[in-house]
Amino acid sequence: MRTRSVTRDPRAWAATGALTVVAVAAGAAWVASRNPRWSHDGRRRVDMPALAAGRGARVERTVTILRSPDELYARWHDLARLPELMAHLESVTPLDEKRSRWVARGPGGTRVMWEAEITADEPGRLIAWRSVAGSDIENAGSVRFTPAPGGRGTEVKVLLSYELPAGRLGEAAVTLLGESGDHEVREDLRRFKQRMETGEVATAARRVEDSR
Amino acid sequence: MMRAVCWHGPRDVRVDTVPEPEILNPRDAIVRVTSTAICGSDLHLFNGIIPTMESGDVLGHEFMGEVLAVGPGCRTLAAGDRVVVPFAIACGDCFFCRERLTSLCDNSNPNASMAEALYGFSGAGLFGYSHLYGGYAGGQAEYVRVPYADVGAFKVPASVRDEQALFLSDILPTGYMAAENCGIRPGDVVAVWGAGPVGLLAIESAYLLGADRVIAIDRWPARLRLAESHGKAETLNYEELPDVVEELKQRTGGRGPDACIDAVGTEAHGTSLDALYDRAKHAVGLGTDRSHVLRQAIQACRKGGTVSVPGVYGGLLDKVPFGAAFAKALTFKMGQTHVHRYMAPLLAHIEAGRLDPSFIISHDRWPLSAAPEAYRMFRDKTDDCVKVVMDPWR
Repeated sequence: MRTRSVTRDPRAWAATGALTVVAVAAGAAWVASRNPRWSHDGRRRVDMPALAAGRGARVERTVTILRSPDELYARWHDLARLPELMAHLESVTPLDEKRSRWVARGPGGTRVMWEAEITADEPGRLIAWRSVAGSDIENAGSVRFTPAPGGRGTEVKVLLSYELPAGRLGEAAVTLLGESGDHEVREDLRRFKQRMETGEVATAARRVEDSR
Repeated sequence: MMRAVCWHGPRDVRVDTVPEPEILNPRDAIVRVTSTAICGSDLHLFNGIIPTMESGDVLGHEFMGEVLAVGPGCRTLAAGDRVVVPFAIACGDCFFCRERLTSLCDNSNPNASMAEALYGFSGAGLFGYSHLYGGYAGGQAEYVRVPYADVGAFKVPASVRDEQALFLSDILPTGYMAAENCGIRPGDVVAVWGAGPVGLLAIESAYLLGADRVIAIDRWPARLRLAESHGKAETLNYEELPDVVEELKQRTGGRGPDACIDAVGTEAHGTSLDALYDRAKHAVGLGTDRSHVLRQAIQACRKGGTVSVPGVYGGLLDKVPFGAAFAKALTFKMGQTHVHRYMAPLLAHIEAGRLDPSFIISHDRWPLSAAPEAYRMFRDKTDDCVKVVMDPWR
């Protein structure tokens, strides 16, 4: 996995991105809109969706899940249930066939909101998205489902680029997410894998109130 | 509220009153503990050399008891079932669990990122064994929560006593896997370093798997006596010998043991493991695991033989004679025990009378309140201590 920051404090970038990343990814699933840029022949990797040239940070992370690409794609596509998988996500609300609204929890009751638009949707293979103008966090990304060799499940790869807002909102996001967006993506993917393979998310909490 | 043995710092364990566990996930069970033991690996925690322990952590990973409650997703168990629980927590569903490599479970460690930072990948979560291994509360307590209980709690028939079944949780499968990893064939001589509980059960298992002779190496008279009297092993007190490797060669017709089991592991990886955890890349050149036994095992093993390592190592090893290992084309087998795969066959051995691990118990049915004393006694091996079993309800 790589995290690269081009223009600002990388930790600040990463933190924010993390926040939304996977959540946003899910948002992408809502609509199938094909953009030739995202199509692929199965050998060539789809590029990251770019923000404006040279800006933002990038995260790439892959996990193998012992389930079929179709199952995983379908679960990711189920937007209303994504907050079960993604720690900081509060709600996802479809707005129309193309767009959905995403709300994530910040510290001290603050909220971070954005709208996502799906830019590519290939059932069982790929979902790609991009935030629309006016979002708190500008981001774009994709999630790809590729069969692993030897019947070992599906390789799930998330690519994300994002740019934090300046000012208090950005700082809030950093506080919320810790300092590594990569870490958040990884943990969200881990929860996704646990949920899909075992039906639950591992916890070592002792009491119900500690597990929330 | 319940009583539990809690870690509060190096050489500081106490019996605290803490909240009882609750069902948190669908496949959970709550077990009322009837027997619980102190493991040699608990002494690493007691001595404070395992990082990521927190004050108040509940200890214990060798326990059994009675199912008190189950979650809605746990369909194989019911309240009242008598069960023994593997120390490694495994989901049963991931690639590694499907391969029966349950101590490598992909999903059971909620703190997998810590282990990934240290080892590249994370193994299974463990009961009562630091936050690096998940931060799960352990079973030296009146009650314990068992995750994935549908695959992680094994029913024990009424005909098998607690003392016979308890060690299915860890040391019996660990000794057995150590011997199985030797690939024993008729005529084989197996050398076992460490005649503690795991070593003693490795001796039993080696004979069960067809070893011709077993040689036990230790320095504690009580343990060597047990290896001899119960285990039918030849013994070797390394404090009384100038050269263990040469002695083993002479006792095996100049060939060397066909397989060597390191049932000692490390006790010297203190500061290095901490440092490693902070940043693996900075650990190179710092202190290392104490690998004296492993060096001897490699040196002593016959050409083409197997070195089997149930003893725990945590960090980096120094001056390991890898040239000797290469020159002799040795095979290495190691790792945390895949307890789940051994439960049924070993229980069958116990029921048939072929195995009875209860002989290792030197101190039985101690009350939980005596845990601090028991830890000290076990560490110092006073009173010929080999194994302590506690009853939380005494």
